[in-house]
Amino acid sequence: MRYWLSFFFVLIVASLAVVGIAGFQGSKSRKPPIEIFPDMDRQPKLRPQAPNAFFTDGKSSRPLLVGTVARGSHYQDTPFNTGRLPSSTNFVAEMPVGLTAKLLARGKERYQISCVPCHGALADGNGITKKYGMAVVANLHDKRIVSMTDGEIFNTITSGKNLMGGYGANVTVEDRWAIIGYLRTLQLARLGLVNDVPAELRAGLK
Amino acid sequence: MSDIFPKWTNKLPLRLLLGVMIVGSVVTAGVTYYFTPKYTRVGYQPIQPVPFPHTVHAEQLGLDCRYCHNGVEQSWFSNIPSANTCMNCHNQVLASDARLEPVRESFRSGQPVSWVQIHKTPDYVYFNHAVHVNRGVSCVHCHGPINKMDEVYHAKPLSMSFCLDCHRDPAAKIRPPEEVYNLNWVPPENFAKDKGAKFVHDWKVNASQNCSTCHR
Repeated sequence: MRYWLSFFFVLIVASLAVVGIAGFQGSKSRKPPIEIFPDMDRQPKLRPQAPNAFFTDGKSSRPLLVGTVARGSHYQDTPFNTGRLPSSTNFVAEMPVGLTAKLLARGKERYQISCVPCHGALADGNGITKKYGMAVVANLHDKRIVSMTDGEIFNTITSGKNLMGGYGANVTVEDRWAIIGYLRTLQLARLGLVNDVPAELRAGLK
Repeated sequence: MSDIFPKWTNKLPLRLLLGVMIVGSVVTAGVTYYFTPKYTRVGYQPIQPVPFPHTVHAEQLGLDCRYCHNGVEQSWFSNIPSANTCMNCHNQVLASDARLEPVRESFRSGQPVSWVQIHKTPDYVYFNHAVHVNRGVSCVHCHGPINKMDEVYHAKPLSMSFCLDCHRDPAAKIRPPEEVYNLNWVPPENFAKDKGAKFVHDWKVNASQNCSTCHR
């Protein structure tokens, strides 16, 4: 009986020691996860945005070499890609894509993702970041911007202007034009008069 | 014979068997509890070079996930934003805050901030972000309540059974595509039964359980 009791005692102490050292499921830990059976879990291949010792700059995602063009990228000198007339620096007056309901819906969605934080849902420059110290945000209903060509707005979205950073890397070319389409509807909604609304829809305004 | 084997040895085989069974059960219970990503991965919360709070950006400011992770709808990989994206606001907001120095340094030098990757499936798993978010699987399904996290931690096990739970019954978890980035969305009552199953059918959600769906 004595041996039996000591057997249980050792077993319980050992279990408690394991729980004490290993803790419980879901407890927070600063230490990287243990891989218990690491069979081919980590393979010597490139993964995006991961450190890689093979290259001197340590980056697995390689920057494009100068003069190379990524497959599917917009590189041609067309108004659609640059917002400018071919082989000139003049901006195109109107967006080179057809204005459809689908485009505007897409533009609204993209505007809300990328523009609303600063320019606000109404495009009046009262985004939420104003409260946190964004001092200079353009009111997109300013006459200066309403009368700006579509091409110049495209250029501003792509490359930024003054304190605004460029969004060329974040927003695709198609989506930039869609955003411009949606912005124009926001501007028109503010400038429009009641007579611009078709008579049968006017009742819905109130 | 009793001179060679004393009386207590009569019970020895039974006691040994019982002992082995008890030790075996305890060890099995321990392995079941500890040898699983629910223990090894969940709760992993490394110290990041910048203490980026998702709760401030996604919840308080209401930024869309895609403001920063802008590639998630097109790519299998959900990108970490470049310092350029951070500096759109942080060139003015907290412009000289010491915590953001690694971001400013990255912006100047072009060398990425050395964020520590938390969610890491094995290299033989080919998870595609785009197909999931474009078909009604939200960020929270795999990343947990990330919009409420001051510091990101590994919230879900991301084990193979975790994937299969959903692949065997996608209607139970799926949500309307317009609510994918609304991380606080709560499905209305009976949503899975009424709308989920219809969505799976109409959108041809092919939650395949074939090995080669994920392993190639």
